[in-house]
Amino acid sequence: MPYPIESNPEFASYAHPEALVSTQWVQDNLGQPGLVIVECDEDILLYSTGHISGAVKIDWHTELNHPDNRDYIDGKAMAALLSSKGISRDDTIVLYGDKSNWWATYAMWVFKLFGHEDIRIMNGGRAKWVAESRELTKEAPQRTTTNYPVIQRDDSSIRAFKDDVIAHFGKPMIDVRSLPEYTGEKLHMPDYPNEGASRGGHIPSARSVPWGKAVNEDQTFKTAEELNQIYRVDAGISDASDVIAYCRIGERSSHTWFVLSYLLGIPKVRNYDGSWTEWGSSVRVPIAKGEEPGPVPVSF
Amino acid sequence: MSSTLGSREIIETFQEVPANLRLELLLEYSEALPQLPARYADHPELLERVEECQSPVYLFVELDVDGQVNVFLTAPDEAPTTKGFASLLHKCLDGEPANTVLAFDESFVDDLGITDLVSPLRIRGLHGMLARIKRQVKEKML
Repeated sequence: MPYPIESNPEFASYAHPEALVSTQWVQDNLGQPGLVIVECDEDILLYSTGHISGAVKIDWHTELNHPDNRDYIDGKAMAALLSSKGISRDDTIVLYGDKSNWWATYAMWVFKLFGHEDIRIMNGGRAKWVAESRELTKEAPQRTTTNYPVIQRDDSSIRAFKDDVIAHFGKPMIDVRSLPEYTGEKLHMPDYPNEGASRGGHIPSARSVPWGKAVNEDQTFKTAEELNQIYRVDAGISDASDVIAYCRIGERSSHTWFVLSYLLGIPKVRNYDGSWTEWGSSVRVPIAKGEEPGPVPVSF
Repeated sequence: MSSTLGSREIIETFQEVPANLRLELLLEYSEALPQLPARYADHPELLERVEECQSPVYLFVELDVDGQVNVFLTAPDEAPTTKGFASLLHKCLDGEPANTVLAFDESFVDDLGITDLVSPLRIRGLHGMLARIKRQVKEKML
């Protein structure tokens, strides 16, 4: 049986209010069976400085990524990982993390590749929890190992590869990086170390909507009305759209994937996790520079 | 020569602990990064932002009349890994002669035994800090 969802009027206008919980709700439900709190941060030491009581840590770099290939772990490794964390297939997972939940949404996206049903994001993430002076502990969580089943990863519905992007030309694409990354100027600072791709710019026709537009100063998500303005009105994304979002390595675009899929209810949204570090280093793919999206490549 | 007394000490310390405790050691280093002196803490405009780090990391280098380098770095508590790297660099380079700092390379990181645990992005942040430190030293030697 799914864990009760939070009844919160602030979430009511989102398409899937059941995918969000507030910090207060987490506080009120700590230690309940069937509910697992998971912290996933960009900074892998942050959890060790103190975390929500009972929360387990997921390390996006060493635990979700395949150790050798540029890919995610397979079903067997995911089963071993979640079992070791004491997470069952029918548990409700509440994810939170640093950087406005970049990595929390990234972990959610990876878990969704394995079809874990009930995953919710703690609105405002770690920063909001800390700002509200809620308790953090260094005490390690005590969870019993589980037997998470081996589920084959499904890359077809929410993940896009480079070839999918090429086949997608003409349909909406969102570049969620900062404007200097989008325009391409960021690779051109003399005397400074290079970025992680060999060319600067963006995928032609992709619109620039930096991920941070979706969050408030306290790192919570903007209202449905504001998000609607940003994505449906200004960026022209409709419910019929087949959307691909990308960034540098796929983490910031997981954030946008969450916003589009769960807060706005756009049915088909894929995250291109190869993102700029793949596209900007690929041979013979078209690149656009400057602030304009540029035309859809025709002979490609 | 690409090592300093500080870097040799750090490598020894890391190699003495088992691999699964090395990140905790980095956390300890992050807590040991000295606070900025008031002349920089009160004048953030003097500091250079390390753009390669996703967190707001800033640094400044002083070169005294004897050619000795003093390094000042600041990183947020919310980014302990980055702050840990800043602290390692501080320990490696602070008080060293300019030529030693210019010859220093980041290969010492490879000897810490943590590269598999830390994302390439973090390591690049460290490269960014070091490159900027060296550039400031060179500018001040002119």
